[in-house]
Amino acid sequence: MIRLEGISRQAGRKTILESVNLEIQGGEIFAFIGPSGSGKTTVLRLIDLLDTPTTGTITIDGTDAAASNAVRLSLRRRMAMVFQKPAVLNTTVSGNVAFGLKFRKVEKSEIESRVHEALDIVGLLNLADRKAVTLSGGEMQRVAIARALVTRPEVLLLDEPTANLDPVNTDLIEKLILAIHKKFQTTIILSTHDMIQGQRLADRMGVIINGRIAQVGSIHDIFYRPQGRDIARFVGIDTILDGVVESNEGGHAKVSVGAAVFEVISPHNPGTKVALFIRPEEVTIALKDGDLPRTSVRNQIQGTITRMVPFGPFVRTTINFGSHLTALVTRRSADELSLAVGMPVIAGIKATAIHVLVDGV
Amino acid sequence: MSEITSGFIQAIDLIVSLDPEVMQIAALSLFISLAATIIAATISIPLGGLIHFYEFRGKRIVIVLIQTLYSVPTVVVGLILYLFLSRSGPLGVFGLLFTPEGMILGQTVLIIPIMTGLVISAIGGVDRNISDTLISLGATGFQAIVQVVREARLAILSAVVLGFGRAISEVGVAMMIGGNIRDATRVLTTAIALQTGIGDFPFSIALGIILLLIALVVVIIMNLITSGLSFESQVALGGPRT
Repeated sequence: MIRLEGISRQAGRKTILESVNLEIQGGEIFAFIGPSGSGKTTVLRLIDLLDTPTTGTITIDGTDAAASNAVRLSLRRRMAMVFQKPAVLNTTVSGNVAFGLKFRKVEKSEIESRVHEALDIVGLLNLADRKAVTLSGGEMQRVAIARALVTRPEVLLLDEPTANLDPVNTDLIEKLILAIHKKFQTTIILSTHDMIQGQRLADRMGVIINGRIAQVGSIHDIFYRPQGRDIARFVGIDTILDGVVESNEGGHAKVSVGAAVFEVISPHNPGTKVALFIRPEEVTIALKDGDLPRTSVRNQIQGTITRMVPFGPFVRTTINFGSHLTALVTRRSADELSLAVGMPVIAGIKATAIHVLVDGV
Repeated sequence: MSEITSGFIQAIDLIVSLDPEVMQIAALSLFISLAATIIAATISIPLGGLIHFYEFRGKRIVIVLIQTLYSVPTVVVGLILYLFLSRSGPLGVFGLLFTPEGMILGQTVLIIPIMTGLVISAIGGVDRNISDTLISLGATGFQAIVQVVREARLAILSAVVLGFGRAISEVGVAMMIGGNIRDATRVLTTAIALQTGIGDFPFSIALGIILLLIALVVVIIMNLITSGLSFESQVALGGPRT
């Protein structure tokens, strides 16, 4: 188990990390997500004991990493890190993979068999004798993973493991990470700016924004119950509405947003200023003069389409009802409804799909 | 014009006939400069590594100073060493003035700055991610340093070859510390200077050609080293995948 307590890190006068408190359990896959430059790499480097925190303590299985250089080395040798930009040394692929074992003075025959095993896992056995500098980006990343794996680390740290890769290689690396976790029960700590990747890989996530851990929790918590506007924006919630609770009957609250009223599930008392968070894929669109579908959709908000932006197979459609609301509509249904800018429509949102926070967060 | 032509022809004759004096001077030149190169390399490589890897106050200043000494005039080094090595100087007791050993010492001192400076750049040229990677893979500080220096091996080798080039072609130290004594400390550069002064052009031209040939060999070696680098990157582009 890795525990970070009161960690901060400064580079010159710039604060890169501030008051980070976190526990990562043995055997879990934990993802740090956050925008570029938010401090993800810094946290990973601190955990790998490459850098020392300006304040705070890092304990690994109860051992304080700051005890001595010898302690740091022995703790570091139980971990391995794969960097965002993999650096290979100017030797063969197997030579690269062998380094960690050479540093640990492992027997030569043992090195050979373990390098073979690691290359087999990442699927690079056929390139064992190639010069590593001649590999493609995806292959280099796999060499870096094999090189980390060969020491049988208890903790594998991966900094943006697929940031520089194409979709095919990204998929390959993600599968590899999950396979390694399954095979060795390695604790895996990774960073990514891609929240969907975090979702695909991680058991738990920590959102880092501006050097602080803004929220730690399950993927579901972070996606549907973000504890702040920055996090909400980062996880793809484009609609954040300011409102006031008008009434509350046993947790079914009515919130006024300008002239519109939303029904939400919330314990807050009338008069409370709140922010409503609505994921775009939770919003359905119906034509204004069409038959309203008889559904459990409690909120039927009338408005006008002000903007339509293609988004892969979807269209991000912004609706003005006094404030703005964004819906993610499939291209097919946008065509079927002949949606167009200027058209009056009705946006439907379930009460349970609206996340409510007291304002000021 | 005929003087140049006949001088040239006689020079070729001196080389082809392996004139004993010409050969002796060339051999002594090679011996002194190679020895100086080897000694300077054994000092410069660890020193460059030390300066690169250890943070200390005034590190920038030290590096700037070393770079300034790249182009220190050879006669200045000659002068300072002369003062040290002369009978009354602090190192006079060793009797190194006007000996090949003294010349080796002089050339070593002369090329240590350029070699050290280029070694620092060579090691500095290794991707910073490499040392992070090594430390992360469990290297001790020492293991990481050794590996980074190995990674810079080709650039370090060219630093050494460049140092040799400066040693073999300099004339100031050889003249002032060696004294151009026939059969003892006369090397290619000093002999050319002297023989030209007394009008023995064929001899000078012969030595000049040999000096140029040595320079050519140095350039060829440098090219082989760097093409070793580019060969690896060519494999990256078109090499077989199996």
